[in-house]
Amino acid sequence: MTEMIEIDGVSKRFKQRDGNEFQVLEDVSFTIPEGEFVSLLGPSGCGKSTILNLLAGFEKVSQGTIKVNDGLIKEPGPDRVVVFQEHGLFPWLTVLDNVAFGLKQRGVGKKERNQLAMEQIRAVHLSKFADRYPHELSGGMKQRAAIARALVMDPQILLMDEPFAALDEQTRLVLHQELEEIWLRTGKTILFITHNIREAVMLSDRVLVMSTRPGKIKKEFVVQAARPRDGSDSVLHYVEKQIMDCLADELEKVVKEEMGDESYSIKKNAVSDHTFGNMGSGI
Amino acid sequence: MVTWEAAYRIIGWEAWKFPSLFQTMQSFYDGFVQGQLLEAIGNSLRRLLIAFALSLSIGMVLGVLFAKVKLLDDTLGFLVVALQTVPSIAWLPFAIIWFGFNDTSVIFITALGATWTMSISTRTGIKNISPIYLRAAQTLGTGTGWKMFTQILIPAAFPHIMTGVRVSWAFAWRALVAGELIANGAGLGQLLQDGRGLGDTALMLNVVIIIAVLGTISDHIVFKRMEDKLLVRYGLEK
Repeated sequence: MTEMIEIDGVSKRFKQRDGNEFQVLEDVSFTIPEGEFVSLLGPSGCGKSTILNLLAGFEKVSQGTIKVNDGLIKEPGPDRVVVFQEHGLFPWLTVLDNVAFGLKQRGVGKKERNQLAMEQIRAVHLSKFADRYPHELSGGMKQRAAIARALVMDPQILLMDEPFAALDEQTRLVLHQELEEIWLRTGKTILFITHNIREAVMLSDRVLVMSTRPGKIKKEFVVQAARPRDGSDSVLHYVEKQIMDCLADELEKVVKEEMGDESYSIKKNAVSDHTFGNMGSGI
Repeated sequence: MVTWEAAYRIIGWEAWKFPSLFQTMQSFYDGFVQGQLLEAIGNSLRRLLIAFALSLSIGMVLGVLFAKVKLLDDTLGFLVVALQTVPSIAWLPFAIIWFGFNDTSVIFITALGATWTMSISTRTGIKNISPIYLRAAQTLGTGTGWKMFTQILIPAAFPHIMTGVRVSWAFAWRALVAGELIANGAGLGQLLQDGRGLGDTALMLNVVIIIAVLGTISDHIVFKRMEDKLLVRYGLEK
């Protein structure tokens, strides 16, 4: 397998308003081979979205190199389309025009691009809503339209920045299935950003867990479970538990910082078990 | 209207202060039959449209420049905000010196009244575009040049621009009538002035009514409707 994404010794610093520099990422290195589904998992503020922004070309690295297909990244482009948390559909265009937008930029004729767009819209089960405007769709439908808009470009890489974070649980489960199905069908390389452990394990071949301040790759977990994934698979539960333990330290660091309380601890057994204390009280 | 006519007859104020309903209607009829009113409306609208087209194009270009070029925004942008507070009629004496008592002066101050508002609305509209649209567009291959401008910046800023158009129209209308009152040339403002000279209050009232009706029609039926449609389509209002 050839490496699709190569990230080597990448650091990223931002200038803060008071003039001090803030280190978001420190010496991050990893590679993703073609066709792999990889999740970046970490608590908020660990710099996982920054990695995606660097890969997408929205921001520049302070140090290190990022290569896609052996080429350095210069600017955003349709070879690595981003699916955002807040869909980013253009409200002045219908679903069809939104999905066809990228093809229009590429110079594809109207008839052909509408046909290609309709294919993708059908693939995400939105045929009935092709002529609607984004605000007329539900959250899950918007996200599906955004995925169709990305896929129609036939990108080598799909960058997904917490795409399902704003959805309700049921919708999210349905979209997990759909995304897995799309991935199995198209074989795209996917980098999926999330803070949801379950989601990461459920979807990915490999989960990269990040530590925070400054952001680094802490540990890597390979999820060797059968596809299509089954939520009750014990392998998934096992990996989930391992990641949970790995993240406990990080969570504590974040909580301490946000609460400004050094003595606070959420480590094992520190959280009281409400189930026992309240047993029967709801009857 | 009945009260108006009744009040006129009962109280019996003089017609040179305020006309009665019948006088007004008579004068309205005469004005149309003789073509005097229609000609004035035509002339005023012609000036208004020329000035409006000018101010929309200049205002939009300025607004885009302010939103995109920081240096320009810090310097000229500040000046425009200051200029916006000046009623455009205050520039009429200058306009008369530069262009004389003619059409150009009126068009100049009418355009001036609308340009600043238009440029500020356009600037706000573009500045307020959510960064996610820009990023989404770039990732789909628009680049940051002309395609981005025509396909993202303008449509994304459109609700703001439309509000700017509507406010500019109102400003232009005001400046036009004020300009015509003072500068020469047939038009509604001029007709108002003639009415005063002749002591024809019915004519004056007619002009006022026509201005009100035209203003309402243009604002509510044209602009408001366009704006509402737009807001619904953009999902900003249900």
